[in-house]
Amino acid sequence: MTALSVLTVALVLLPLFAIFAYLVYKGIGSINLAFLTQTPKPVGEPGGGMANAIAGSMVILGIASLLGVPLGIGAGIFLSEYGRNRYGDLVRFVSDVLNGVPSIVIGIVAYGLVVMRQKHFSALAGGVALAIMMIPTIARTTEQMLLLVPQAIREAAYGLGVSRWRTTLSITLRTATSGVITGVMLAFARVAGETAPLLFTAFGNQYWNWKPDQPTAALSLQIFTYAISPFDEWHKQAWAGALVLIVLIVGAVAAVRIAVKHGTLAGA
Amino acid sequence: MGVGITVEHLNAFYGKTQALFDINISVLANRATALIGPSGCGKSTFIRCLNRMHETIPEARVEGKVRIGDISVYNGTSATQLRRRVGMVFQKPNPFPTMSIYDNVAAGLKLNGIRNRKQLDEVVQKSLHSSALWDEVKDSLHKKSGASLSGGQQQRLCIARALAVQPEVLLMDEPCSALDPISTGKIEELIFQLKEQYTIVIVTHNMQQAARVAEFTGFFLLGKMIEFDKTEKIFTNPSDKRTEDYVTGRFG
Repeated sequence: MTALSVLTVALVLLPLFAIFAYLVYKGIGSINLAFLTQTPKPVGEPGGGMANAIAGSMVILGIASLLGVPLGIGAGIFLSEYGRNRYGDLVRFVSDVLNGVPSIVIGIVAYGLVVMRQKHFSALAGGVALAIMMIPTIARTTEQMLLLVPQAIREAAYGLGVSRWRTTLSITLRTATSGVITGVMLAFARVAGETAPLLFTAFGNQYWNWKPDQPTAALSLQIFTYAISPFDEWHKQAWAGALVLIVLIVGAVAAVRIAVKHGTLAGA
Repeated sequence: MGVGITVEHLNAFYGKTQALFDINISVLANRATALIGPSGCGKSTFIRCLNRMHETIPEARVEGKVRIGDISVYNGTSATQLRRRVGMVFQKPNPFPTMSIYDNVAAGLKLNGIRNRKQLDEVVQKSLHSSALWDEVKDSLHKKSGASLSGGQQQRLCIARALAVQPEVLLMDEPCSALDPISTGKIEELIFQLKEQYTIVIVTHNMQQAARVAEFTGFFLLGKMIEFDKTEKIFTNPSDKRTEDYVTGRFG
């Protein structure tokens, strides 16, 4: 039995390590200071980098998290604390369907919602698309994590004369923090690598841009553009971009984990 | 100081099922009153009606009058206001697992908006002294989580947490049923001291415990209060045959 579980763990981890090793093998050679600090060079000129795409990805993911995390957690709170009825079932169903909608379709939705109105592509539109993708995952994991908090903990707070909404925020949600954060990180990591929803929302940009209402580069978009190009130099940079992207995601998830662990008490 | 409790014609329901039938009782201030009876007889439901915890269960409702001191429990007060005056200790110790010992005790005050550090420090220290836990935890107030304590310590932490909001009445729902005899002994000693300042209503399965800690005892059976009298009388010379059968161990 132990051997079997070790074997399955190995099988699960193998693809991850294989991908990571291959990315390092293909990409590490193109990562240098220029890659991390410069914008792309025109075709034929050697050098250049993806600094604007790295920054753009951060901006887009920041906007997505700013919108998606509070909405997702709020929906999860509703489902767990107030949604034990038919209305809650409806929200659960819709949220599961939303989770299964192809990401490119979500991109079209954000195009209609934001790009058509603004009349141009923007980081905001990209952020909205990714936020819509984050919400169902965060909502359902938050719901599950809050349901795991024993009723006795809520009763303890009620017994102290704490109101229901205050109990939900300061006791129930706080007790479930680490699980809720796992859900948030899962959603974040999933959308961080998304390309399709950004194609006609954030659009991409060859230059620096910090304005959220302007077309913005993103690592995933840059990788896509470079990977389908006919140029060897760009292929190499695409590999490097993929490696940087995965390292950034792992780094962000690890940083949040460490921060949470640091804030947790012994025995909790 | 503790206050008295008067209950008149109390009926409690879970949906369509009636759990309590016409309960009438007067609990004296600064005394411990024990409620005994077999499982499912309604004694827990009864004390949960005293601080309006009963109504937190979906479809549960209550009829009748309850007065605690000068306040009418079901008329003209909010449940949250009331619960600050009527503390509760539950069957299973339920400290807030992600909070430190200090934060557990201070939770009631903090969550109700009190932020004054000095005041919180004082209340935490006083409450932990009152629940006889101070000496065991004073060095790890901020370092350790409430959940890292032993079961008996956790229950005393929960008592301190309830005392910190300075209630007048303390409701205890089988506070020792999950504890070993030594921890139980400590809690019972505590009840003796707490009586000086609080009115205590304790639900217990353990008849010896009722006899040890309470001046008055009520016997519940099938949602009705069969008999309510001085503890001595209940255990030595009960008026009702059913009470006698129960306390002598003939059933239940």
